Amino acid sequence: MDAANYLYISALLFTIGAVGVVVRRNAIVVFMCIELMLNAANLSFVTFSRINGDLNGQVMAFFTMVVAACEVVVGLAIIVAIYRSRRSASVDDANLLKR
Amino acid sequence: MTTSSSLVYLIALPLGGAALLLLGGRRTDKWGHLLATALSAASFGVGLYQLSQMLGRSADARPVSQKLFEWISVGSFKVDAGLLLDQLSICFVLLITGVGTLIHIYSISYMSEDRDRRRFFAYLNLFIAAMLVLVLGDSYLSLYVGWEGVGLASYLLIGFWNQKPVYATASRKAFVMNRIGDMGLSLAIMIAFASMGTVSFAGVAENAPKTSEAALTAMGIMLLVAAAGKSAQFPLQAWLGDAMAGPTPVSALIHAATMVTAGVYLITRSNFVFDAAPTAQLLVVIVGAITLMFGALIGTVKDDIKKALAASTMSQIGYMVLATGLGPVGYAFAIMHLLTHGFFKAGMFLGAGSVMHGMNDEVNMRKYGALRKFMPITFATFGLGYLAILGIPPFAGFYSKDMIIETAFNAGGSKGILLGSITLLGAAITAFYMTRIMILTFTGTKRWEDDAHPHESPWLMWLPMAILAVGSVTSGYLLYRGDALVNWLAPLFHHPDEHEELLKPIVVTVMALTMVAIGVAIAFYKYARQKVEAIAPTDVSIFTKIARQDLLQDRFNEVVFMRPGQALTATLVATDEAVIDGTVRGVGKLALSSGAGLRGLQNGFVRSYAAMILIGALVLIAAIWVVVI
Amino acid sequence: MIQLALEVGQTATPEAVMFWILGPLAVVAALGMLLVKKAVHSAILMAFVMIVLAVFYIAQDAAFLGVVQIVVYTGAVMMLFLFILMLVGVDASDSLTETIRGLRPIAITAAVGFGGLMVALLGRATLGRSSVGLNAANSEGNVQGIAQLLFSTYVWPFEVVSSLLITAALGAMVLAHHQTSAKPTQRQLSINRFRGKSLANAAGLPAPGVFARHNAVDVPALLPDGTPAAASVNVSLKARGDILDSNAFDLSKVSTQVEEEK
Repeated sequence: MDAANYLYISALLFTIGAVGVVVRRNAIVVFMCIELMLNAANLSFVTFSRINGDLNGQVMAFFTMVVAACEVVVGLAIIVAIYRSRRSASVDDANLLKR
Repeated sequence: MTTSSSLVYLIALPLGGAALLLLGGRRTDKWGHLLATALSAASFGVGLYQLSQMLGRSADARPVSQKLFEWISVGSFKVDAGLLLDQLSICFVLLITGVGTLIHIYSISYMSEDRDRRRFFAYLNLFIAAMLVLVLGDSYLSLYVGWEGVGLASYLLIGFWNQKPVYATASRKAFVMNRIGDMGLSLAIMIAFASMGTVSFAGVAENAPKTSEAALTAMGIMLLVAAAGKSAQFPLQAWLGDAMAGPTPVSALIHAATMVTAGVYLITRSNFVFDAAPTAQLLVVIVGAITLMFGALIGTVKDDIKKALAASTMSQIGYMVLATGLGPVGYAFAIMHLLTHGFFKAGMFLGAGSVMHGMNDEVNMRKYGALRKFMPITFATFGLGYLAILGIPPFAGFYSKDMIIETAFNAGGSKGILLGSITLLGAAITAFYMTRIMILTFTGTKRWEDDAHPHESPWLMWLPMAILAVGSVTSGYLLYRGDALVNWLAPLFHHPDEHEELLKPIVVTVMALTMVAIGVAIAFYKYARQKVEAIAPTDVSIFTKIARQDLLQDRFNEVVFMRPGQALTATLVATDEAVIDGTVRGVGKLALSSGAGLRGLQNGFVRSYAAMILIGALVLIAAIWVVVI
Repeated sequence: MIQLALEVGQTATPEAVMFWILGPLAVVAALGMLLVKKAVHSAILMAFVMIVLAVFYIAQDAAFLGVVQIVVYTGAVMMLFLFILMLVGVDASDSLTETIRGLRPIAITAAVGFGGLMVALLGRATLGRSSVGLNAANSEGNVQGIAQLLFSTYVWPFEVVSSLLITAALGAMVLAHHQTSAKPTQRQLSINRFRGKSLANAAGLPAPGVFARHNAVDVPALLPDGTPAAASVNVSLKARGDILDSNAFDLSKVSTQVEEEK
C-alpha cells in the first residue's frame, strides 16, 4: 500500500465535511464540519511531506492548526453572542438579508 | 449658340414676387396683388422682347442660352444650371406669361372678397416661376426642378381653401398621383445618365442615335409615365376632376392652359428619344387615344360645370398626346393645338368662374338656365370659345384639331384608320357635351335657386375673358397660315418622312364637320327640346351611371392600389410593432426575467450560499481535470 | 511500528493493517458526525476522528504533529466545542426535514462529484518516483527537524501567527463580554414615581392619543387647560424648531350647523 491511500482518505473526509457544512442547521455542528475539512487538509500536508521527504509540509500543517485554533475561538465567541441576542443557534435563523 | 443675360429675368421676376409676398405677410395685403400682376406682366414683356429678337435672326441662330451656375460636378457627371430659349420654349413662355397675366388681372376681382388674396397671388407667381423653369431648363434635371415646383404650386393652389377637408383631400390626391409621374421622370433621368452619361437635352439628342433601342424604349416609357401624371392622362387621370376644388382662376391657369400641358412639352422636347424608340411612341399614341375617349365620355354626364370642362381638358390633351405619338410630322400640330387650347379653354374656365360669381358660387348646371340675357359678355366670350373647341372654321380649334385628325389618318394602314376614327368620334362627343354645357347654362328656362340674382361680372373679370376670346378666334388661323408654326418649329425635329396623303384635307374637314353637326343635333334634341330636370334623374342607363362615376376610375384605384397599399402599410406597422418593437421589448423583458430568476439565488440562507461555494469548488476541480487530462 | 514505518518506499504491512482498520472507522465516524441528531454525539464522533488522524500523523513520522493534534485539537478545541454546546443547549437537535427546497440533493450531488473528481485526479497523478520517506529529514529527530525549519525559514510567519493568537483571544473576550446595566427593580420604579420632582405623572402618563387634536407628529397635543403639552412632540423636532401650532379648542369657532352631504 502506498502513501497515496492517505490522500484518498483526506479527499473523502474533506467531502464529508463539505456536505456537513451545507446540510446541518446547528451552527456548532457546522463549525465542527469546517474543522473536519481543515483536518483533512492537514492530513494531506503530512502525507506529502512524507512523500517528498521534506519537513515543510509538517510545518505548514502546524501553522494550519494554529490558525484553526484561533478561528475556533473567535467563531465560537460569535456564535455565543448571536445565541445570546437571538436565543437560537440555527444558521437558518440568521436570515435578515432575505429578500 | 448666342447667350442672353436677360433670360433669368423671366424667372426671377415672378419668383421674387412670390418670395416677397409670402415673407412679407399681412403687411403686403394692400398692394400684393397689384405687384404680383405687374411682375407677371413684366415677365411677359421680357418674353415679347426675346421673341422680337428671335424673329430677327436666322433659323439656325434662333436658340439662346444663359448659363446660371455650375450645379453638379461629381466625377464625370457635370450638370450646369442653365436656361435655353429656343423656338419651342418661346411658345410656352408667351403662353404661360400671357395667359398667366390675364388670369392675374381676373383674380384681382374674382378673389377680392377673400382674406388671403395676397397669398393666392404669391402662389400664382410661384407657379409662373416654376413653370418657366420647367420650359426654360436646358437639361432634364432643370426641367425636373420646375416639374416639382409646379406640382408644389398646384398642391398649394388646389388646397387654397383647405378649411374644407374635401378640398384638402383633393389637393393631396393630385399631389400623390403627380408623384407617381415624378418617379417616372426620375427613372428616365437615371436611364439617360446610365446609358448616355449626360442629362442635358443637347447631350441626349447627340447620344440618342448611338444608344441601344432597349434603353431608349425604357426611357421613353418612363417619360410617358411622367407626362401621364402631370397631364392627367390614362392611367393617372383620376386627380383632375377633384382638382376643381381650387378657385376657378387656378383651374383656368393650371389645369387648362399650362401645367397639364407640361407633359406634352416633355414628350415634344424628347422627340429624339421617341423617334428612335417606336414601341414607346406607339404607347404614347395608345395612351392619347384612350384618354381622348375617356375624358369625352366622362364629360357627357357631368352636371358640375367645372368638372365637365376638366373632362374636356383631359380629352383635348389626349388629342395632343396622340399627335405627339404620330412621329415628327405630329409634334408641330400638337403644339398648335396646345396653344389654341390654352386660349379657348382658359377663356371658358374664366367664363365658368364668371357664371359662378353671378350665381352665388353655384356649380350645378341644372340650377342654371337662360343666363344669356343676364350675362351677355360672358355668353359671348364663352360662345366663341365653344365654337373654337368644336372646330368650326374659321375659329382656332378648327385648324389645329383638323390637322391632328388628318395626320392620324395619314399614319397609314389599320393604325391610321383606327386613330382617325377615334379622333372623329371624339370630335362628335366633344360637340355633344360642349353643346350640352351651352344649352344648360345659357339657354332654356330658368332653373335657379330662390336667392339667385345673376349679374354681369365687373370689367376686371370680363376684360381678360374678352382678350382670350379674341385669341380663340384668331390664333388658329395665324399659326396655320403659311405653315407658320410648322416652319417655326421644324429645325427642332427630325425631318419627317414623306407621307402620302391618303385623304385629301377637304375630305377630312367634311367628315369632321359632319360628326360635329351630329353631336350638336343630339345635344340640341335632348336638352333644348326636352325638359331639363333641376335634380339629376336617377333612372338612367347603366352607361350613364358608370360615366357619372368617372368610368369607375376612383373605384379601380381604390381596389387595385389603395386597399392593398393600406393593407401593406398596416402589415408593416404591425410587423414593426410586434417584431421589431417586440424584439427590443423582449430584450428588456429577458433582462428583467433573468434578473428576477437570478435573484432567487439570494434567499438569505447561509447554507445555500455555502452550497454555491461547494459547487464552485466542483467546477474548479472539473476545470483542472479538463486541462490536465 | 514506527521502526517498521521507517522503511523506505512502500508502506509496510503493519502500517497497512493499521490503515485499513482505522481508515474506514474514521470515515464512518465522520459520516456519523454528519448524520446523528444530537449535537453532542457529533462532538464525540469528531473527537474520535481527530484521534485517528493523530495516529495517522504518528504513523507517518510526524510525531510532534501527532501529539500536538491530540493536545490542541482533541484536547483544547473539541473541549471548547463541548463547553459551548453546553452553553447553547445540550438538547439542541436539528429536525430531519429540510427547509430549503432542493438543497440536500444539490449538496450531495456536488459533494459526490467533487469527491469523485478529486479521487480520480489523485489516482491518475504520478510523481515519477516512489515516496522518499522522512528518514533523512528526521535524522536528528522530528522535533529538532521542525524546529530547524520553524525558526529559520518560517520565523516571520511564526511571529505573525503568535500575534494572531493574541488577537484572537482578545477578540473572543470582546465578543463575549456582556455588559448589562442594572435593570431597575419594581420598588425602584415606584420610588421614582412618587418621590420625584412633581406628582404630575404619579398616575402614569396618559395613553397616546388622549390629548391629540391632530394626528401629525409635529403638532403638540393640548392639555385640558389649552396649553400645548411639550412632552407630546419628539425632542428632536422641538430642537429643530419644526413644531406647528395647534389650534386652541374654542367652541365659538366651531360650526354647530349640520351640513347635508350632497
